[in-house]
Amino acid sequence: MSQSFILIPGRTSKQGCGISEGKDGDGYQGEINTLQVAPEDMERLGLAEGDQVRVRNEHGQIELPIKAAKGGELPPGLLFIAYGDLSCRLMGGDTHGSGMPTSKGMDVELEKI
Amino acid sequence: MATASDNAGTELKIVEDATCTFCGCVCDDIELKVEGHTIKEAKRACVLGKAWFLNHDIEPGPSCRIDSQPATVEEGIERAARILTDAKYPIIYGLSDSPCEAQRKAVSIADWIGGTVDTTTSVCHGPSGMAFQGVGEVTCTLGEVLNRGDMIMFWGSNPAESHPRHFTKYSLMPKGLFTPNGRKDRTCVIVDVRKTKSAKAADIFIQIKPRKDFEALWTLRALARGIELDPELVESETGTPLAQWQELMDKMKASKFGVIFFGMGLTMTRGKHCNSEALLALTRDMNAHTRFVAKPNRGHGNVTGADNVVSWRTGYPFGVSLTRGYPRFNPGEYTTADTLSQREADAALIVASDPMANFPQPAREHLASIPYIALDPKETPTTKSAAVSFTVATYGINTTGTVYRMDDVPIPLRPAFESPHPSDYDVLSALEKRVKELKAQQFAAHN
Ligand code: SF4
Repeated sequence: MSQSFILIPGRTSKQGCGISEGKDGDGYQGEINTLQVAPEDMERLGLAEGDQVRVRNEHGQIELPIKAAKGGELPPGLLFIAYGDLSCRLMGGDTHGSGMPTSKGMDVELEKI
Repeated sequence: MATASDNAGTELKIVEDATCTFCGCVCDDIELKVEGHTIKEAKRACVLGKAWFLNHDIEPGPSCRIDSQPATVEEGIERAARILTDAKYPIIYGLSDSPCEAQRKAVSIADWIGGTVDTTTSVCHGPSGMAFQGVGEVTCTLGEVLNRGDMIMFWGSNPAESHPRHFTKYSLMPKGLFTPNGRKDRTCVIVDVRKTKSAKAADIFIQIKPRKDFEALWTLRALARGIELDPELVESETGTPLAQWQELMDKMKASKFGVIFFGMGLTMTRGKHCNSEALLALTRDMNAHTRFVAKPNRGHGNVTGADNVVSWRTGYPFGVSLTRGYPRFNPGEYTTADTLSQREADAALIVASDPMANFPQPAREHLASIPYIALDPKETPTTKSAAVSFTVATYGINTTGTVYRMDDVPIPLRPAFESPHPSDYDVLSALEKRVKELKAQQFAAHN
């Protein structure tokens, strides 16, 4: 059964370095293709590090592995992903008259595959 | 045909005070150790700056490709000029990792072809650009922050990962004229929905509910004016007790020089320009009590230059249409996420940016369906699908020029070694020349 979350795509050091090292490189690809989940949510949903999940909203869906957010970085209910191809797939084209697509704080549904 | 050379040579060179253009901090105190066509060491650069300097050798392969096949730069210019002049709704986008001199050329091309010119500002601090026009901007340079700032706040911004030298070079650690004890003379406040890596640097960390920045900022605006608020409502809306907001406001009022750096946590979240507007209005309100300023933490090395150049060429900072022969500004209409997602653009010139890697899916699908030209020092998802792609010299590493730091201070570039590839400026200058000729021919044919 799917669970509702709020997804925050954002910048990370590894993703930033990957831009210079080359976007086809393992560092960049690994970073933008992994979803961070709060450890409390992982426990609640019976998820383990490396499990594959499906994340979807009205704009698209992605499938990717998860890892636990470290150092209390994420409160329960929030997911984090580094900006990249997968986060774009969940972004809609409507900018609501601002020029800026809603790129953070997106409502999504998550389920284990 | 210009091709990249891997003749590295063995000459060893030290470049003093080189400028890092990876992020908006634009640190101009980097010492580079250069051997031939490779930077071996980048002293004082942060992890992102090191990755920037140490991974920009000469790209192998040709300087130009047409439909993925090697071509001469001249052939590329001809095809690019024809794509742009034959189009009904051409757009120009990117520019934030290019020096001001090249940005200026891109605006000229937009003018000649009657297209739109938009920069990556529209998908980072574009909403703040709109808010500046509505509320104004009480601001200062990073030098003033260093010398005077005693209350340093970060809202929706994670400089530990996006601008790693921000704390040490400008905002928290350095000793200044009125902050002789550096970090000890400053209070650092971080407000975010996540406990980011930057939170470790904070004296006060406030974790607000996601998508509640607007409510939190208006709570502070009310407290700045001494308006009574309902504690239950404040806590349920913002996720933070009223008493904690009051304590923060008392500290803000007691400071001598407060600064709020804000990031895309505000501009990319629902509310967008209203969030930035609330923060700028709070900053303005605080000046009834003490000196307070606000600054967006800008991402790309010369995104601030792009705002400046597009402003002084057209009167507006981004999202400008020149289709009627005079500039019109309308974010949401002339901004690139819109011209692509609404399937309006029929050709594009993409300079130093990678929309195929970071735009919404409908925009990427449309871009892939129209002919476009891409300029980038490296192969990217955008250059791979371009009708014409130019591999260009890297600004700051191979080329001179001017960039604007995030506080609008212009800084010169000091290149480390030459590249066999043309610069953005070279390509855009040649393209402008050819576009002008073709436009003159089109004009003559119709009159
Ligand atoms: S803080 Fe930014 S400009 Fe300074 S060295 Fe790091 S990446 Fe370069």
